[in-house]
Amino acid sequence: MAILPPGVDAGRFAAAIRRFEEIVGPEWVFTSDEDLHPYRDHFSYLKDQPNEPIPSAAVGPDRVEQVQDIVRAANEFRIPLYAISTGKNFAYGGPAPNVRGSVTVDLKRMNRVLEVDDKRHFALVEPGVSYIDLYDYIQERGLKVWIDTPDPGWGSPVGNALDHGIGYTLGFYRDHFGAHCGMEVVLPNGELMRTGMGAMPSAKTWQEYRHGYGPDPAGLFAQGNFGIVTKMGFRLMPQPEHWRNGLITVPKRRDLIPLIETVNYMTDLFMIGEPWYGSPLRQLMGNTEFREAAGRFDEEEMDRQAAAARLHSWQVELQFYGSERTTLANWEYAKELVARAVPQARFTDGESLPVPLTKEQIHETTGPYPTNMRRNVTQGVPGLGIWYMTGRSEMNPNAWDETHVGLFSAVPRSGEGVLEAQQVFARIARDLEIPSFNNALGTPVNWYQFTFLMGAGFGIPRDYTPEGKKRAADILRRILEENAKHGYGDYRAPPILQDDVADQYSFNDHVLRRFHETLKNAIDPNGVVSPGRGGIWPAAYSSFRGALRG
Amino acid sequence: MTGRRFTRLALAASMLAAWSAAGQAQQVRDDEAVARGKAKYEHTCAPCHGRGAGDDGRVMLPGTAALAIKYRGELPPALEDRQGLTADTIRAFVRNGSFSMPPFRPTELTDREIDDIAAYLAVSSSAAAAGSQR
Ligand SMILES: Cc1cc2nc3c(=O)[nH]c(=O)nc-3n(C[C@H](O)[C@H](O)[C@H](O)COP(=O)(O)OP(=O)(O)OC[C@H]3O[C@@H](n4cnc5c(N)ncnc54)[C@H](O)[C@@H]3O)c2cc1C
Ligand code: HEC
Repeated sequence: MAILPPGVDAGRFAAAIRRFEEIVGPEWVFTSDEDLHPYRDHFSYLKDQPNEPIPSAAVGPDRVEQVQDIVRAANEFRIPLYAISTGKNFAYGGPAPNVRGSVTVDLKRMNRVLEVDDKRHFALVEPGVSYIDLYDYIQERGLKVWIDTPDPGWGSPVGNALDHGIGYTLGFYRDHFGAHCGMEVVLPNGELMRTGMGAMPSAKTWQEYRHGYGPDPAGLFAQGNFGIVTKMGFRLMPQPEHWRNGLITVPKRRDLIPLIETVNYMTDLFMIGEPWYGSPLRQLMGNTEFREAAGRFDEEEMDRQAAAARLHSWQVELQFYGSERTTLANWEYAKELVARAVPQARFTDGESLPVPLTKEQIHETTGPYPTNMRRNVTQGVPGLGIWYMTGRSEMNPNAWDETHVGLFSAVPRSGEGVLEAQQVFARIARDLEIPSFNNALGTPVNWYQFTFLMGAGFGIPRDYTPEGKKRAADILRRILEENAKHGYGDYRAPPILQDDVADQYSFNDHVLRRFHETLKNAIDPNGVVSPGRGGIWPAAYSSFRGALRG
Repeated sequence: MTGRRFTRLALAASMLAAWSAAGQAQQVRDDEAVARGKAKYEHTCAPCHGRGAGDDGRVMLPGTAALAIKYRGELPPALEDRQGLTADTIRAFVRNGSFSMPPFRPTELTDREIDDIAAYLAVSSSAAAAGSQR
């Protein structure tokens, strides 16, 4: 099944392939169905459909100059490219492009750790370096810095940050794009640019002063298509000496408001690591009477039943990094602050451990209270254990999650905001006639320090026929639309939903998108770099907008 | 990819050569393949297929856990304990993906590295079998 880039005939394609082979060597140009199969999205909603975004070829450069030559060749032959770093963007499209027939520029072979400084606390890496690679590099050398890893450790600092990915240690570092410092980019005309202090040829502070001078275009390269990033610097957290956690619960539904306000205060004073919210009442969802009260959002009744079951309504787990004494002092102070705001709050000490934790301590799941926290990532230790979520289980022994997708919207970072979002999500589910789970107990994730993201408890039908997948994708689009009506915007999306999400950032007649597309057309007149990524369509490919919807 | 047939022939040839006069040099090359395969396996496969507990304290890692459900004791769930996994079998699974395991691209796992992993798994699984017979 040979796929050609759009508007390119077989002769021109063959000539382009020959050029790519000259640039990277024939063994690193892939065109057979067999070799291209892993460049498709394993969790695709469009698997085997005529509009499934499958590349026509993949090219694996190993040096920056090769990337520049590939981009120049793409301009000459008018071939759309799609750049990936480690290509593990599962739940958000995997390695697949936005335009069927693109040539994937696979940067995995550019996998050099260029520098790690554990006195000035930064790293400079190429795109193919995975979190696991960077962690190993640091461990092998005994360097005293942590990485901040997302749940699956096989992705890369560069690829993950460029899709606004997140992790689990201290707030500043959890925002992977926010924690980057300096990048090198191959522009759509093949020129090489460096941002921040990298623009000053003799500077020794590329990974220390991010702004350089003048407007910083770095933001354009995340969830965008303004260039191919070939190096990126990241700030690294110094390895702390000690870690401690503790659990706080509050009895009533409305106590969520002062609880969140107080935790925000601690967060914004940079006093705590990631807070993990939850509801102890989930254990009552098996009980019909409670489930019905929760379905009606009958707060008084829910409070009454919670009290009868001697359960508190909300919990938050806090974490502290520092020394034995400072973490203790901060935990004591946290208790004092919450007790002031919610006098009936209860506090449970967690563990208090010197860093680095031992393997046994990282695996510890029988601490003083039940937790959903995955401790390895709170310690910057990468793994792939999270993959259990997508696979066979005792409950579903002959199935896997074939359309696993992430859908998280930014909601206001307040108790009122969360309680309102719960009701909105439940209403949307009702209107769309899909099952709604636990919405009255839904809690936000505080991955981004200053942001609450909430994934709604929707039951998207697990029908993996092409029609079933289409229905599911339509439901996702309608959820996005309804969310947007309430001002809840998705932070990230797979190619099939990128046009829909971008559509919702529509202030002043889509001026933001028009601005992006004006820039895009100016710096990439042939539209060769990742057309459509982030919903940004260059003129040459504008007819493809929405092509993954059908 | 052009290298693929060549490596397969080379592997077949290597098995014959082990019986020949050049056996000793071949043994060294095989040991090197096993060592390379072990390193690659530990880096790329073991975070899902390892024998130990999950990285968050779950009983098993996700690849091992899924295979435990798939085979229900008929085959050992950890690949390092599983005999008879040839390079071709492994290649078919890792290039196509299998259930929740996504496929691996040739830039992250070359055909030669698959051969090395097969060499390592052959050694690790016979050691495991010998161990369990004792
Ligand atoms: C079970 C599960 C759990 C997950 N948990 C998390 C989590 O905790 N945190 C999180 O952030 N994500 C999570 N994800 C989502 C995703 O798998 C990760 O974010 C992953 O790290 C992204 O893949 P990658 O790092 O290989 O990036 P890539 O796939 O390499 O890149 C992502 C995208 O960025 C662009 N891009 C990449 N490199 C370049 C470049 N050099 N130049 C220009 N553009 C580029 C491309 O559009 C590319 O498709 C999870 C997914 C699943 C299935
Ligand atoms: C992200 C986790 C993950 C990684 C990494 C991974 N696998 Fe897998 N693998 C799985 C899962 C899960 C299954 C089982 C799928 C199922 O049948 O449910 C599997 C299945 C397999 C199978 C099929 C076994 C059978 O009998 O069905 C083979 C062979 C295999 N993996 C080899 C490898 C090799 C070799 C590597 C490293 C190059 C690797 N895997 C890396 C998760 C992973």
